[in-house]
Amino acid sequence: MTTAWKIAADIPDPELPVVTIADLGILREVTEDDQGRVHVQITPTYSGCPAMETISEDLVEALTQAGYQRVDVEFVLSPAWTTDWMTAEAKAKLAAYGVAPPGPVSLALSVKCPQCGSLDTRESSRFGSTACKSLWVCRECREPFDHFKAI
Amino acid sequence: MTSVDYVLGLADDALVSAQRMGWWISRAPQLEEDLALANIGLDQLGQARSLLSYAGTFLDRTEDDLAYLRDDREFRNVWLVERPQTDFGVTMARLLLFSAWQSELYAALAVSSDPTLAGIAGKAVKEVSYHLDHASQWVIRLGDGTDESHARMQAALDAEWPYLDELFEGAPELRADVLARIEQVVAEATLAVPEVAPVVGGGRRGLHTEHLGYLLAEMQHLHRSHPGATW
Repeated sequence: MTTAWKIAADIPDPELPVVTIADLGILREVTEDDQGRVHVQITPTYSGCPAMETISEDLVEALTQAGYQRVDVEFVLSPAWTTDWMTAEAKAKLAAYGVAPPGPVSLALSVKCPQCGSLDTRESSRFGSTACKSLWVCRECREPFDHFKAI
Repeated sequence: MTSVDYVLGLADDALVSAQRMGWWISRAPQLEEDLALANIGLDQLGQARSLLSYAGTFLDRTEDDLAYLRDDREFRNVWLVERPQTDFGVTMARLLLFSAWQSELYAALAVSSDPTLAGIAGKAVKEVSYHLDHASQWVIRLGDGTDESHARMQAALDAEWPYLDELFEGAPELRADVLARIEQVVAEATLAVPEVAPVVGGGRRGLHTEHLGYLLAEMQHLHRSHPGATW
């Protein structure tokens, strides 16, 4: 693992600052050469994710400050991002933050309320505050919450 | 070999549809629907950006160039997406037709021999499955609802149906699968498959309804009035 990777991996997601872009599986590849040039590949969660521009700027700034002379950020679409790339640590951090983490894509499991832990929840809208989340309500504690959609 | 007109057609379908979806922001019947339509529009805008960037590599132009500096005769979108939609039933009927077609199209393109197109389609197909599901749920709920909602949903479907045919221009092989998807939803919604003559559209050749010009005027105004402006 390169130093540049470690710096890039620490960049928080602008919309979910408790997790990093490496946690989410957005950071795909970082290569550096002996001339101080870095090439970073990131992949969007959704095609229209507005956070990509911010992530790209944050990467350039962090790596430039660390002394890299030239930083290129490339958006790659293939293979398509999936919530299966999210680390177990990221899922735990999301739950602690109040966002129900995604389950495995192939399984339709009930979503656990991140507030009280109840499994008696219902989807109120498949589209939530950002492209990657849906809106849920807990029948037990009555609180609404965001759920990171499995795709 | 992928043709630039083909890519522009898909890009403009998504871009113009996204712009129409954006009209609903602050106007949807409920807050959840406001968010849903905005998010669907955002997904379509993202797909449009990737496709326009790809088309731009053939023409040595940027995505912004292509979105903001082309006139209506240079747009390649179908008529289905460009007409105003101020009725919620019409929006859902249209989204059902459009996303059913996009689902089949992107699924086919995801295994295309063109790696860029395959990458964009592989990403988009997952997003579109949510759009199709959303439209299906509303069409079923409204169709199989009250007498009033049933009549209005049927009228909306009748109004959009003539524009379905233009989507299959140059890609007739998708027709059977797309129709199967739509007709399954229409049946569950207790609605009738419309028996209306198709409209002969000309979007893929740059011939549009008068509505596209107004849409582009609004979408392009800022960029054209203040060239090079940034936030």
